[in-house]
Amino acid sequence: MSEGLYSMEAKDYDKTLDLKKIKPYGDTMNDGKVQMSFTLPVPCGAEAIEAAKQLIKKMGMENPSVVYYKELTSGFTFFNCYGSCTHTVNYESIYVPKVESNVMSMPDTDQYIREHFGRKIVIVGASTGTDAHTVGIDAIMNMKGYAGHYGLERYDMIEAYNLGSQVPNEEFIQKGLELHADALIISQTVTQKDVHIQNLTNFIELMEAEGLRDKMICCCGGARITHELAQELGFDAGFGMNTYADDVASFIVQEMDKRGMK
Amino acid sequence: MESKLGLDFKKVEYARGLAKGIATDVQSFVEQYTTVAVERTLCRLMDIDGVDANGVPLPNVVVDALKDKGVLQEGALFFLGNAMIATGLCPQEIAEKVATQELDITKVVTRDQRKIMEALQPVIDSSIERIRTRRQRREHYLDTIGEGPKPYLYIIVATGNIYEDVIQAQAGARQGADVIAVIRTTGQSLLDYVPYGATTEGFGGTFATQENFRIMRKALDEVGEEQGRYIRLCNYCSGLCMPEIAIMGAFEGLDVMLNDALYGILFRDINMQRTLVDQYMSRIINGFAGVIINTGEDNYLTTADAVEAAHTVLASDLINEQLAFMAGLPAEQMGLGHAFEMDPMLENGFLLELAQAQMTREIFPKATLKYMPPTKFMTGNIFRGHIQDALFNMIGIWTHQGIQLLGMPTEAIHTPFMSDRYLSIENAKYIFNNMHSIGEEMQFREGGICRKRAAEVLDKTIQLLEDITKEGLFTALEKGIFGDVKRPKNGGKGLQGVTMKGDNYLNPFVELMKGKR
Repeated sequence: MSEGLYSMEAKDYDKTLDLKKIKPYGDTMNDGKVQMSFTLPVPCGAEAIEAAKQLIKKMGMENPSVVYYKELTSGFTFFNCYGSCTHTVNYESIYVPKVESNVMSMPDTDQYIREHFGRKIVIVGASTGTDAHTVGIDAIMNMKGYAGHYGLERYDMIEAYNLGSQVPNEEFIQKGLELHADALIISQTVTQKDVHIQNLTNFIELMEAEGLRDKMICCCGGARITHELAQELGFDAGFGMNTYADDVASFIVQEMDKRGMK
Repeated sequence: MESKLGLDFKKVEYARGLAKGIATDVQSFVEQYTTVAVERTLCRLMDIDGVDANGVPLPNVVVDALKDKGVLQEGALFFLGNAMIATGLCPQEIAEKVATQELDITKVVTRDQRKIMEALQPVIDSSIERIRTRRQRREHYLDTIGEGPKPYLYIIVATGNIYEDVIQAQAGARQGADVIAVIRTTGQSLLDYVPYGATTEGFGGTFATQENFRIMRKALDEVGEEQGRYIRLCNYCSGLCMPEIAIMGAFEGLDVMLNDALYGILFRDINMQRTLVDQYMSRIINGFAGVIINTGEDNYLTTADAVEAAHTVLASDLINEQLAFMAGLPAEQMGLGHAFEMDPMLENGFLLELAQAQMTREIFPKATLKYMPPTKFMTGNIFRGHIQDALFNMIGIWTHQGIQLLGMPTEAIHTPFMSDRYLSIENAKYIFNNMHSIGEEMQFREGGICRKRAAEVLDKTIQLLEDITKEGLFTALEKGIFGDVKRPKNGGKGLQGVTMKGDNYLNPFVELMKGKR
């Protein structure tokens, strides 16, 4: 806590923005300021603070500063800290795979379906495996939707079936067949110990074993899911944070068209 | 009592009467049936415990044997009593012999009910005494070391490993938590058996087992004595093993149980007939054991809109209250659920939440109300989340809630870190102390937003209860009246474990536990 409230340290670094070498921004370009909080499994005291500072240095920070600490229970100390990051990242060389489709509004998607397929398309969704949470699949499928984005059930040209939570993958696929699904969508909320990876992998394996993988569009979603992860696991698309029913519906209908599904 | 919100208590009484009618209708159905879970519970009350060579719990072995023979409707006690007379063995020995197929309890000579009761009576008495002793142990702690003030601070632990849970729980208690809930592993609610022994592997939570209950109870007694404050232990008496978890909790000194059939029906897709029958027995046990039940109405607002669906929460609370009374649960042991789940961007949302919390308090004056923190609109912005939780805490102290389920700034990101719990407890303690008497100081303006909101919710509740009265609770659930979730009467999990009681059926625990305290 040596710096006090106002840092008087000299700012003798280059303050121009270089997208090839970006670092965190506090209040001055390239100051590298990072805010951290963590707990160390040691008792509170001068040694604990020193340990925290050394750790911050090892994370690649300069001027580590512990601004608050508190022993949570005997042998565990919590810290709020700051440091200046020395590492940089080349922003210009970054490539992130994204779901490549135009996000359309609900009426546009309905219209797209009328024009391209001339029938209602069927989307079956569930939170499969042991996951008991319906919040994700509900946000995408429920009539009401989420955060102002109507769910798939509200689309005129989509027949949406929300099977709820804790649906075994086998049962889910079976139901998809019965309903003649064009797309199967899975939500995963619990990600502790990577249980979602195991479950999603299991789903794709089952689809492949049944020879169904190419016959339906397969998507997954959840707060911890990225499009990149989804593709790695063999899905057509993954929908993470800040994606809604419009994103999912737009992708599915355009992907169906791309594949020549009728 | 005078209502600070200007509530019309005549309307409240009318609503309560409607709820009683609805509950009576359900109750007359429930009393005709038993389930595999109820029968396994009776086995446990007969002191049957442990697992067979394949790891199957012995209560499952006995009840499955009856079910396979198609005689479940006569009930476990009928066959166990007859087998005790015929063999001279105790129920545990009988269960072990059923497991090794040395004994077929459906083939022994049957006696009249008086003889059977004579044989069962010593075991019945000892189980009742065991629960009573446990209850007295809690009461003794409360009389000597005491407890924290209400609202009780409720936190969860969810490491998957009971021994790690102990470290987290003790840390939480030292920081000020009054209730420790051990979250169950995802999927346990759908297991039709209770796993056995201490467990160290779970996803998003830890298996509820009798041994895990025992381990955590011991740890909380230790830290409670050290802190000079009784620490309550909470688990989840829901899913397919409702009454079994109840009896294990009663034996091991649990204090709070989530115990709500409606929650299981809506959010776990458990068959409604099954779980309402299970719930009755589990609530009888919880009532007798002095356990506070928590109901799950708060969850309706995670799927339905918190402004539009507030009346469904109150309607369900009223029905749940009546169902609980019918199981002998006193009002003080009812942790009826409600929640702070409105969109934080809503203008005057705080006032609407305040009105609803105060309304719930006034309608259930004796209940240990369970108040649930924001979850639906927790975004990963931990800084705003901490403020949302602060607003929630203000209402908790303002309206005298019973159990404050502490919100975590990291809700929707991960199960709580040790430091998350610390920040949450600090948040609550700061507000509870700093705003301690605000409820006594502030009044609700006549004709103001809060009074109008409360009156509106009550009126809509009455309308809904009138509708449910016409069609019955089962049909209402089929129509998706709660949480926007529809469940068919014959759908969901566990229906095959339900059977109508036969002529020889007996369960003396119902009267024993409901009658006495």
